[in-house]
Amino acid sequence: MAARHVEHVEMSGHIVDSLLLPKVLDAILSRGAEYHIQEFRVGARQDDPSYARIEVRADAPAVLESVLAEIHPHGAVPVHPADCTVAVADLAGAFPDGFYCSTNFRTEVRLGGEWVGVEDQEMDCGVVIDPEGGAARCVPMVGVRAGDKVVVGRRGIRVFPPESAGKRHDLFEFMTSAVSSEKPKAVSVREIAAAMRRTKAAGEKILAVLGPAVVHTGGGELVAKLIRDGYLHVLFAGNALATHDIEQAFYGTSLGVSLEKGLPTDEGHEHHLRTINSIRRVGGIKQAVAAGRLTSGIMYECVKRDIPYVLAGSIRDDGPLPDVVTDVIQSQDAMRRLIPGVGFCLMVATTLHSIAVGNLLPGWVRVACVDISPATVTKLMDRGSTQTVGIVSDAEPFLRALVAELDKAGAA
Amino acid sequence: MQPRILMCPPDHYGIEYEINPWMNRSLGAVRELAYHQWRALRDALVGLGVTVEVLTPQPGLPDLVFTANAGLVFRGRFLSSRFRHEVRARESPVFDAWFAAHAFGVEHLPETMYHEGAGDALFCGDDLFAGYRTRSDAAAHQWVGNALGVRVLPVELVNPRYYHLDTCFCPLAPGVALYHPDAFDAYGRKVLTGHVPKLIAVGEDEAARFGCNAVVVGKTVVHNSRCPQLAADLAAARFRSIEVELDEFLKAGGSAKCLTLRLDGEEAAGWKYRPAA
Repeated sequence: MAARHVEHVEMSGHIVDSLLLPKVLDAILSRGAEYHIQEFRVGARQDDPSYARIEVRADAPAVLESVLAEIHPHGAVPVHPADCTVAVADLAGAFPDGFYCSTNFRTEVRLGGEWVGVEDQEMDCGVVIDPEGGAARCVPMVGVRAGDKVVVGRRGIRVFPPESAGKRHDLFEFMTSAVSSEKPKAVSVREIAAAMRRTKAAGEKILAVLGPAVVHTGGGELVAKLIRDGYLHVLFAGNALATHDIEQAFYGTSLGVSLEKGLPTDEGHEHHLRTINSIRRVGGIKQAVAAGRLTSGIMYECVKRDIPYVLAGSIRDDGPLPDVVTDVIQSQDAMRRLIPGVGFCLMVATTLHSIAVGNLLPGWVRVACVDISPATVTKLMDRGSTQTVGIVSDAEPFLRALVAELDKAGAA
Repeated sequence: MQPRILMCPPDHYGIEYEINPWMNRSLGAVRELAYHQWRALRDALVGLGVTVEVLTPQPGLPDLVFTANAGLVFRGRFLSSRFRHEVRARESPVFDAWFAAHAFGVEHLPETMYHEGAGDALFCGDDLFAGYRTRSDAAAHQWVGNALGVRVLPVELVNPRYYHLDTCFCPLAPGVALYHPDAFDAYGRKVLTGHVPKLIAVGEDEAARFGCNAVVVGKTVVHNSRCPQLAADLAAARFRSIEVELDEFLKAGGSAKCLTLRLDGEEAAGWKYRPAA
């Protein structure tokens, strides 16, 4: 995400009739910056003053400075808010009352007169100021320690909403409409492939969040290929994805159904339990790969290529596999540690993990969510992950099309 | 009601510093000639029935003659100027004392703003037209508009030779004004043409003689000499034109209007025809 330099200015008085407002807006644009009118109150009668609060954005600090210098004489004066307000946490694991609740958008807090970027941006957290008072980061409720300096109220905080639709042309041009099962999938898949290539070329990580239907529908080998081709760098999943992936490697079945024939196999319902038991007997997935017991599939490729993964447990898990993190707080933290550097996230066939990861991702990480049920994508967006593009599709056909698209590009 | 105008004799007038493109200390001004021209202006105004109030000149304040910049008069209120240049800011205590002694309520703008009084703020009808950038701030005009409860229309003065609004814009009556188009940018011209139904353009030569820096008394306009086109245009608009040679003051960037401050409201000010609300 390009660093954006922003200042807020306000104008008041007879700024409409005197054409001062259009003059200022023209001046901002003509100098290569952009504006966003955050608040505008028009005087009801001709003697009544109007008010505008304008956000000025520029790509370079010098441009911003020149714009501010240009518009200041016209009465557009910088808003000088106070520093953010801080309260000391009196308890561990809970914020002080009135804590500022974070969004997943880029945020800055004002400390000692300077705007400081908030690190580890994540929605639904609080913002904790470091003891020296020079840095700020998002901290989840459970991460609060007694004595932490926590931002309260809304003063001295500014949030940068995502780029307007008009600026999104470099990525996900089709993101402007809601999820639909009636979209041309080829276009969507092509755009996702392009976004993945750009992410990889930029040296950013691609995160995959996968549900077991990826394996059930026969998409396991396609994901393994994405890993081999260098298109997946972090994996978040649950016990089931890993179990059925390994079950396929051991028995050729997923939940007892032959992936070759599409028919249930004899005693097939036991396969996943025997799989889990085998892995538990050797101590874990890595140990199974090291012992030569596990030789194919998604988890095998992750181990062979040092792809970090987090398998987060749930109350319906069988086993679980020794690698599964059964404490949800620890699972969240394990995922948080792997998110910095992620530039793109592909979520396939999982509602719970998709929403969980959507909650952790900063708003500037683009997300493609693929699910047979439109409700999954809708739920994700409703929970604030508005940077998501949704594709209604079964897992395997989507993955097949994606791999083909990436292969096409690789050959080109 | 008899027109009332504040003037200050040029006893201490001279070009002692340079704060606008017209000023050139090496040229100087001839005090005797200046005095002669000032008296001619005063006499012309008195001849029009004006009561001229005289402010006592002060040594060391050469521009005190330009009373238009003392502040802005609105009914019984006097909004004292915040001069951009320190050399002129020293005039404010003198002006403030005079207005306080003459039953005006003296008010001040915030210290962070510049506003040079009637030099940059002129009523035409109900609107206060206001020049900004060179001397006054747009934000100061907005503050004044708010303080007086009037619509203020700030227009940018883009030519440093026309550094005050009264050097390039002169309301004659509600809805009628003189202006020099090149002193404004496209926005400013649009604001003026959009809010003043009858605008009389003053050409470059006569604008440079400060033809727009005129004093209006009733239907008579007193302005600098050798502005024949302006006189003809005023006649066509049914105004009488009186020329008074004021070239010694042009050397300091001033003329008839700069030398006067209307105390009972300019002819074009809409509020003077209505009782206070």
